[in-house]
Amino acid sequence: MSAATVLERPAVAPHQHPDLADREDVRPAGRRLGPGPRRRLAWLLGPSALLLLWTVSSGTGLLDPRVLSEPWTVVVTAGELIADGRLQENLAVSAQRALLGLIFGTVVGAVLALVAGLSRVGEALIDGPVQIKRAIPGLALIPLLILWFGIDETMKVLTITLGVFVPVYLQTYAGLRGIDLRYVELAQTVRLSRASFIRRVVLPGALPGFFLGLRFAVTGAWVSLVVVEQINATSGIGYMMELARTYGQTNIIVLGLAVYGILGLLSDGTVRLIERKALSWQRTLAG
Amino acid sequence: MAANTGGLTAVAPSAVERPSAARLAVAANTGARPALAANAAVSVRGLIRGFGPKGVLNGVDLDIAPGEFVALLGPSGCGKSTLLRALAGLDRDVRGSGVIRVPDRVSVVFQDSRLLPWDTVLGNVTLGLREHAETRACRALAEVGLAGREKSWPHQLSGGEQQRVALARSLVREPQLLLADEPFGALDALTRIRMHGLLRDLVTAHRPAVLLVTHDVDEAIALADRIVVLDHGRTATVRPVAPQVGSAADAAGHEALRRDLLTALGVHTSVGTAIESAAGAAEAAARPAAAGAR
Repeated sequence: MSAATVLERPAVAPHQHPDLADREDVRPAGRRLGPGPRRRLAWLLGPSALLLLWTVSSGTGLLDPRVLSEPWTVVVTAGELIADGRLQENLAVSAQRALLGLIFGTVVGAVLALVAGLSRVGEALIDGPVQIKRAIPGLALIPLLILWFGIDETMKVLTITLGVFVPVYLQTYAGLRGIDLRYVELAQTVRLSRASFIRRVVLPGALPGFFLGLRFAVTGAWVSLVVVEQINATSGIGYMMELARTYGQTNIIVLGLAVYGILGLLSDGTVRLIERKALSWQRTLAG
Repeated sequence: MAANTGGLTAVAPSAVERPSAARLAVAANTGARPALAANAAVSVRGLIRGFGPKGVLNGVDLDIAPGEFVALLGPSGCGKSTLLRALAGLDRDVRGSGVIRVPDRVSVVFQDSRLLPWDTVLGNVTLGLREHAETRACRALAEVGLAGREKSWPHQLSGGEQQRVALARSLVREPQLLLADEPFGALDALTRIRMHGLLRDLVTAHRPAVLLVTHDVDEAIALADRIVVLDHGRTATVRPVAPQVGSAADAAGHEALRRDLLTALGVHTSVGTAIESAAGAAEAAARPAAAGAR
């Protein structure tokens, strides 16, 4: 340290060295095993390809309009429905149901996961019933929910909530229980209080699992929404599609499907964006 | 061995007293044992620990004076870490008995830096601090040469830097006892030597009692006031390190001590030399510089 010797070396990397400047890089190309750098808007590629396939098949007559409407017909239909206000009206109703169910379900799932993950009593009380609920398809509960709550908004939001809380619970619980025991030991040696332990170790440690659950939950919310809106509803995108089925309006059905698809894609993208911001400390293959 | 195993009593962990420095409590079953040393920062009597049928610690006695730097040497699997974890209060659910007294403020440095990956460097140092957390943490980070890195994520630091954050985290609490479990074991030889210098400076500045668990004889000689060898679950050799040993002036004394310790660890000197030349060429080359800095 005191007798440090500085070895003089040219501070030029080999490929910048004048003698080597015009030489090719002759190192054997190392195989890169990760997926490579992230590119902007790359996520649009798959959906665009699907749209292109649809357009080409319709344009060439490969796809009968009675089976599946042409993309341009769907666009025109969308224009008409927006003009008379039906699309945005139904969309607003649907979005509100999905959002309410998502919020309730996420809160319930996360709280249950914390209670079950942090105490043995909670685990014994909560985990079993949730696993049972998980085994019962959401649709199977609808008749009972209709009997209990009628066919109004409560039943619809509740059905979505029940579909949403399970994945949030499962993934948050798994994330929480997967927190490295070494961090728990560390928390003991610095004498963290229980509250600080939860805030500084448990919550951030369980966050990756929570976000994974949230992504399942968002998709699940839209799926449940479709079901409740097609069974008993007088408004919403699903009702609009169900009505179109009665009148054989394929274009409106396809429009409804497209709306569901776009909503699903957008909401998943939003969650992923929040996830990337919140988990910026993570270094994973996702990059 | 059989007698030792039979002597392992299944005592509930609460029976192992961990009183504060002020009030010294003695477990009921320790009447026959020698009393705890009154003035020591750490006092251990008849510590027995076992996993399964095998005893790991078979009655360890150990005293560490306030401000004393003790290195605990031993081959891997000899129970070094078990002893350290017992002192750190991390050995719940382990069978055993004995009496331990440690001070109120104990800090632990692990072999891995054990930084929370989701917290910044500063957040990791303030963990568990109450008053003036940020000011104290910043000062501690400056002390380990990491001023300006407060907002970095742990994964953005090198292994040596991460371990320096861990040192800052343990020293910011002004511990009366610093427990270090092979803290430099995962670092390269050159970084390790730099860390030795840093640890020595920090310990000189803060004067905690230190128990450094290591399997590196040279590390023990370079850092410790006293070296304890753990053998078959007991403290076998206790060897004070004379102040001049470790400086370049007393190379012969250093070699003699080194040979003695290696013999105590069951390594014959010729073999020890071979190990040194194979494993620590870089360290050996840089050692005079490190020793000169002392």
